Amino acid sequence: MTALIWSALYRIELVFMVSFILSASVYAGGAITAGRQQELRNLLIQDCGSCHGLKMKGGLGPALLPSALRNKPAEMIKATILDGRPGTAMPAWRNLISPTEAQWLASLLLQGETQ
Amino acid sequence: MNGLRYCFLALFLFQVTAHSRGTGDMGVLIERGSGSVQIIETSGNTSLGRVEGLGDLSHASVVYSRDERFAYVFGRDGGLTKVDILNAEITARTLQSGNSIGGAISQDGRLVAVSNYKPGGVKVFNADTLELVADVPASFNGGDLRSKVIGLVDAPDQKFVFALWDAGEIWVLDMADWAQPKIEKYRNIGRNPYDALITPDGRYYIAGLFGEDGMALLDLWNPSAGVKRILPDYGKGEQKLPVYKMPHLEGWAVAGDLAFVPAVGHHEVLVINMRTWQEAGRIKVHGQPIFVMARPDGRQVWVNFALPDNDTIQIIDTQSLSIVKQLKPGKGVLHMEFEPRGEEVWLSVRDEDRVEVYDTQTFKRKAFMPATKPSGIFFTARAHRIGL
Repeated sequence: MTALIWSALYRIELVFMVSFILSASVYAGGAITAGRQQELRNLLIQDCGSCHGLKMKGGLGPALLPSALRNKPAEMIKATILDGRPGTAMPAWRNLISPTEAQWLASLLLQGETQ
Repeated sequence: MNGLRYCFLALFLFQVTAHSRGTGDMGVLIERGSGSVQIIETSGNTSLGRVEGLGDLSHASVVYSRDERFAYVFGRDGGLTKVDILNAEITARTLQSGNSIGGAISQDGRLVAVSNYKPGGVKVFNADTLELVADVPASFNGGDLRSKVIGLVDAPDQKFVFALWDAGEIWVLDMADWAQPKIEKYRNIGRNPYDALITPDGRYYIAGLFGEDGMALLDLWNPSAGVKRILPDYGKGEQKLPVYKMPHLEGWAVAGDLAFVPAVGHHEVLVINMRTWQEAGRIKVHGQPIFVMARPDGRQVWVNFALPDNDTIQIIDTQSLSIVKQLKPGKGVLHMEFEPRGEEVWLSVRDEDRVEVYDTQTFKRKAFMPATKPSGIFFTARAHRIGL
């Protein structure tokens, strides 16, 4: 009986570990190479920063600090990056940024890892 | 006692050394990565020093006092900093808003104005002390809303002119009487003016429009004629490309009767006949132009581009309206500044952390120096030009 419980616990732990590793890999950029991550970070700070501020406190575009994005799901941020916001100065970045990369950038913004 | 005497002597000598040069060949380059500026000189193309602690310098710009000794640096975070470029030190600094986008110095050099995004408006300061002289909120919609302000320039007769991004208006602020600023408003100039310029004679103020095609023109010699739309058709029927970076109009490119401006969302430089204000041509270029700047003699126009083409510079010959040279200085060419008589031009290459100097006749690179994520480059000769 104890062995069963242990084995069940072990499985649960395994599931947790796997899901943790999976979520961590999404967050860490997964398929995005280290070199590309560096490029994307630079793009986020310097080029997105041209309108949103180098410190993401806003400019012509709105602030992108975690506090400003609190109620915005990652999917929505990703979609905004990829397809822009028609009627505003926010362009669609789809030609320069892949969906996986946009997802990763969204997670950087939500975590405030942009400095 | 002797020690004290030496101290004074040393101090005296330091003062003499520090001041024993003119500033006409000097300038400032923005290092947006580190919130600092480098002070440079263009006779030997060297760096003279660095001033730190200027805050968020994304999109920072600079105007100069008329004695060309003080640089007023406008930061993104609302910081306005007065830098003594001879002594490489900050002499005054104020955080005057939450978010700002550049400024201007008045005709008489006694006022410095800043255009703000948040809270939207213009603040005017005593150029000597940076004390607030006037606060002009960019209110619209019956006073309910405040607009971001762009394209702030100085104009003759102690005026400042600027445009309201959200409201689509141009305002002329008359500061002849400090105690009673006067504002003239021009409404319905077009959607989302993104930047503006004033012609070198201080007569025409032109705002580029992001929200629709064309530009808005105000003749300051005949203000009662109101704002006129020019180039209404340049993008008609063509799919606009995603605009990854707003073009700039501040580097007004004039050659004879022709003016050269970036087309928004197109791989084109537009040519305008300044006598008729009609389109005089379009030049196909490598990418979406950001700065379109004429060499001071007007013989060449240099163009840099938005992502993903921001590693390239193209040079247009203004007689043939053709591209005569293409350079690839490196990734992130953000800004260009010509030396006062145009024999050399400085380029900031942001992603290479480098500033480069080119000979404008041979197009050969003559010098380069390290800089931390350099952006704008501003030479003191701007002190004596209207609108810069």
